[in-house]
Amino acid sequence: MMPADIFLSTRNPEITLRQKVWQLNWGMVLLVCLVAGVGFAMLYSAANGSFKPWASAQMMRFGLGFAIMIVAALVDIRFWFRYAYLIYFGSLALLGAVEVMGDIGMGAQRWIDLGIVRLQPSEMMKVALVLALARYFHGLSGEDVGRPTLLLLPLGLVLAPAALVMKQPDLGTAGMLILAAGAVFFCGGVRWWKFALVVAAGVASGPVAWQFLHDYQKDRVMTFLNPENDPLGAGYHTLQAMIGFGSGAVTGKGFMQGTQSHLNFLPEKQTDFIFTMLAEEFGLVGSVTLLGLYFLLLCYGFAIAFRARNQFARLLALGLTTNLFLYVFINMAMVMGAFPVVGVPLPLVSYGGTVLLTVMASMGLVMSCYIHRDVRISRRGSAEA
Amino acid sequence: MLQKNEDNERQRSFSRRALLLGGAQSLLLAGLAGRMYYLQVIESDRYRTLAEDNRINLRLLPPPRGRILDRFGLPLASNRQNFRVVLVREHAGDVERVLNALAQLITLDDHDYKRVLREVSRKRSFVPVTVRENLTWDEVSRVEVNGPDLPGVTIEMGQIRDYPFADSMAHVLGYVAAVAERDLTGDPLLELPGFRIGKNGIEQKYDLALRGNAGTSQIEVNAYGRVIRELSREEGKTGDELVLTLDGGLQTFAHQRLLGETSASAVVMNVENGDILALASVPSYDPNAFNIGLTVKQWNDLINDPLHPLTNKAVAGLYAPGSTFKMMVALAALKAGIRPDYKVFCPGYMTLGTSRFHCWKKHGHGRVDMHEGLQHSCDVYFYDISRKVGIDNIAAMANAFGLGDRVGIDLNGEMGGVIPTRDWKLANIGEAWQGGETLIAAIGQGFVLTTPLQLATMVARLASGIQVTPRLTRGVRADAEAPPIEGGAGQGVAVPQFLPLDVPLEHLKIMRDGMDAVSNHQRGTAYGARIKEEGFELAGKTGTAQVRRISMAERAAGVTKNEQLPWRRRDHALFVAFAPVHKPRYACAVVVEHGGGGSAVAAPIARDILLETQRRDPSGRRSLPIVATSQVAERG
Repeated sequence: MMPADIFLSTRNPEITLRQKVWQLNWGMVLLVCLVAGVGFAMLYSAANGSFKPWASAQMMRFGLGFAIMIVAALVDIRFWFRYAYLIYFGSLALLGAVEVMGDIGMGAQRWIDLGIVRLQPSEMMKVALVLALARYFHGLSGEDVGRPTLLLLPLGLVLAPAALVMKQPDLGTAGMLILAAGAVFFCGGVRWWKFALVVAAGVASGPVAWQFLHDYQKDRVMTFLNPENDPLGAGYHTLQAMIGFGSGAVTGKGFMQGTQSHLNFLPEKQTDFIFTMLAEEFGLVGSVTLLGLYFLLLCYGFAIAFRARNQFARLLALGLTTNLFLYVFINMAMVMGAFPVVGVPLPLVSYGGTVLLTVMASMGLVMSCYIHRDVRISRRGSAEA
Repeated sequence: MLQKNEDNERQRSFSRRALLLGGAQSLLLAGLAGRMYYLQVIESDRYRTLAEDNRINLRLLPPPRGRILDRFGLPLASNRQNFRVVLVREHAGDVERVLNALAQLITLDDHDYKRVLREVSRKRSFVPVTVRENLTWDEVSRVEVNGPDLPGVTIEMGQIRDYPFADSMAHVLGYVAAVAERDLTGDPLLELPGFRIGKNGIEQKYDLALRGNAGTSQIEVNAYGRVIRELSREEGKTGDELVLTLDGGLQTFAHQRLLGETSASAVVMNVENGDILALASVPSYDPNAFNIGLTVKQWNDLINDPLHPLTNKAVAGLYAPGSTFKMMVALAALKAGIRPDYKVFCPGYMTLGTSRFHCWKKHGHGRVDMHEGLQHSCDVYFYDISRKVGIDNIAAMANAFGLGDRVGIDLNGEMGGVIPTRDWKLANIGEAWQGGETLIAAIGQGFVLTTPLQLATMVARLASGIQVTPRLTRGVRADAEAPPIEGGAGQGVAVPQFLPLDVPLEHLKIMRDGMDAVSNHQRGTAYGARIKEEGFELAGKTGTAQVRRISMAERAAGVTKNEQLPWRRRDHALFVAFAPVHKPRYACAVVVEHGGGGSAVAAPIARDILLETQRRDPSGRRSLPIVATSQVAERG
C-alpha cells in the first residue's frame, strides 16, 4: 500500500483528504493546545522562570506530538483496525524487552532506550490495549459476547501486559490498564454479573495481593489512609502537596509565587505533582478551570463515541477517552490526598515525553473515529460503503 | 441487513452503557471539584498557616552590648570587629584540601582542624562552619588575597568585647564569657551560639542593662533550611552605655604604680560624693582572654596562682588595718571623755597582768599626748586609752566609719571584714573577751580585719565629716535627645547626699591634725613620703600589720628584719591618706601585701597616686552627662 492510500482509501472514494482536514475536531485540537499551554506555563514556573530545562523540551515534544495527533486523525480507521493486533503485540514485546534490558528510572524498570528516544512501553500499551480490545469486541456478535469462553482471549490480552507492568512495579499503570479495559468490556456488552464476579473475586483476593506488594507500596496505601500520621516520612509528600494545594485558596499566590513549590517543599513538582503547583499559584480558579478543560475534552470523546457508526470506532473512542479520564482523575485525586500516591502523571501537563506523545496520539485516534464515523467495517474486517 | 439490525442493537446497548460510564465519570470529576472546594476554600486558612510555618523562620539578632565608659566618656569596655573564617562545604568541594591551603595562610591548630572536619560532616552542606575566630588584619588580607584558591571560604564580621586597658581595669570591669548551662534563664538570646554574658565585675553586676534587647529577623527558608531571603527585620536595642565614676587615666596610673609590688591594691575616692576614681589590684589578668576562650591550662594557672590574680583585693582582700585603725580608737576615747591633752608615758612596752605588750619603738616615746600618739603612732598610748574606753566603744566608732561591714559597692564578691566586740567573740569563737585583746585590737591587730575599700571610706569620712559611701557607677549615658539630669562639674541631682557623722567637728580636727603631722611634721612617721608641692599636701596614717607572732625568745634575740624573712611571713604595709590637707577632696588607701613597713612601702605609693589625682583633679572637671543612676540599679 502506498503511503497516500492510508489517507485516501480507493475503496471509500466519497471522502477526500481535503474533506478530512475540514472534518477535524478543531475544538478538540484547541482544547489539547490549551491544556498543553497550561503545562508549559507551569513548567516555566517550576524552573523558577526559565524555559530550561523543562518547558522548552516539553514544547518540542508537543510539536512532534501535534504532528502525530493530526496524522493519527487523518489515517483511515480501517488501517488502525487492520493493524490493531500488530500494534498490541509490538507494544507487548517492548514491554517484555523492558524486563530484559530496561533502564532503571525512578526506582522501577519503565524505560527502554531506543537510541534517540527513551520510551515507556507501558504508556504505549494503554493505547495499544484499547485498540486490540476494540477490534476483538467489534468482531463479536451480541450472542458471542455472552459466551464466557470467548471472553478468555480478551482477558488474556489485558492480564498479560498488566502482569508485566505490575512486575516493574508500577501499580498505577497496571490499574489504569485494567480499568480502561474494563470500560471497553462493559460497553462492549459483557454481562453485568460477570463484572460483579470479577469485583467480588478482586475483593476476596485483596488480602492475598497485599502480601505481594512492595513495602513502599504498602506505605503509600497506609499513608493515604492517614497522611498526617508520619509527616516527615512516607506522608511527607502527600501532606506537603495538600498544604500547597490548600494554601492557594481561591485566587492563588500568583504565577511563580508558589512558596511550597519554589522552596522545594513540594516533591516532583514538574511531573506528578504539577497540579498542586497550579493550584497553589492560581487557586481554586485555576484548578477548576483546568478540570473544566479536561471535562470538555472528555465530553468530545464521549460525543464521538456516540456518533460512530461502527463498534470498533465506538469502543476505541470510549476506551481512549476513559483512559484520559483515568489519568486526570487518579492524578488529581492523588495530589489532593484523596488517592494513594501511585505515580500517574497529569496528561498533557506533566513533564514527560512518552506520556505526552501517547496521549496526543490517542486524541488523534479519537478524532479519527470522528472523521471516519460513517465508515462501516464488517465483523471480519472488510469495509462497507 | 441482518448485520445492520444487529449493529443497531449493539449501538443501543453501547449507548446505554456508555451513558452510564460517562455519568459515573462526571460524578467522580464533580467529586474532585468538591475536594478542590474543600481544600482551597474551607480549609485554606489552615493550609495557608502551615505553608507560612514551612517557609518562615524567626531568628534573633543579638544586640550590641552596651559600652562601659569612664566618668569622662573614655571607653573602658567596647565592642570591636571580630573577623572569623567560615567554610561552606558545598562551595568548598574538597574540604580537607581547602583546610590545608588555609593552614598555609593562618595559624590553624590540630584541634581546630579536627573540629571543623567533624562539624562539616554533621551539618548540612550549605551551613557555614566557623574555622577560626579573631583573625588579625594580616591574616584577613592573606585570606582575601588568596580567595580564588579557597573556594567556600569567606571572612565574616562579628562583634567581640574589647577591653582596651586589658589588665589595668580587669577587676572593676570583670569580663564576658560564653553562657554556661546554669546561666540559662529561658531567654532565647542566651541560647544563641557565641553569645556572651558578664561573668565578673561591672559586666556581671549590670549584665541585663548592658545586654540590650534582641532584634528579630524573619527569614524565608526552603525545604532544606537554606535561607532564601529576609522578609522583615526589627533591629534590637543596643545595651545601655554605663558611665562609671572611674577616671580611666588615674586608674591606669594607679595600676602602673602598683605593678612594682608583688601583690597590692589601692583605692582612690572623692571624700564628698563617694565617687571611686581608681580601684586597682595587682597582680591582674587580661579579661580579653576570657572572651576569646581560655585554654584549660590558662584557667588552671589563674586559679592556682598563689597570688590570686582573679581576686579583686581592693574589695575582697581582708587585712589587719594595723596602725591605720588608731584614729578609731582615739575618736572613741574622745567620745568617752578623754581629753586630747591626756598624756601617757611610753617606756617601750606596757604590762597587763603577766603579759607585756610592746611598742613598735623598742626604747619608747616618753610622754605623749593624743596628737603625738598619732604622729609617732605610739602603740603604748593607744594600749592605754583603749583599756579605758573598752572594745565595744571602739567597735561602735569603727562601724560608724564604715568598717566591719560591706560598704555596698556595686561589685560582687565584696567582703565585710571583722570589727570584734565582746558579743562577737562569744558568738563566733565561743569564748569570753580577754582584756589583752582590747590592746591588740587598738593597734589594728588580732581579730580586726578590713578591706582597702573600707579603709578608703574611713579616711573619706574622717576628711569630710559626712557618712560618704563609695560608688562605682554614675549611671547610664544620656541619649543625645534626652536632657541630661546631671550637668556641670559633678554637681547635680544625681549626686548622692550624705548625712553628717555623729562626731563633733573638733574631734575630727584633732584626727586630721594628727594625720597632718604624720606626713608633714619632720618627726612624723611618713614625713619621707610627703607631698612637697604646695597646696597638694596630704595627711595620712601609716600601718604595718604583722602576719606572725613574735615570740619572747625572738624578741630577746632581736626582732628579725622583714627583709630577712620569707615573703609570705613579712608584714603587710598599709597607708591611708587624704588631700589636700586643709581642704580635703580625695581619699586614698593602699595595701601592699607582705610589703614590710607602711611608711617605707605603702606611703610613697599613696603619695604618688594622690599627687597624680590632684593634678588630674577628676572631680573638678566636667564629666559625661548621664540619665539616672537608679535606672541602672533597678535593671541590674
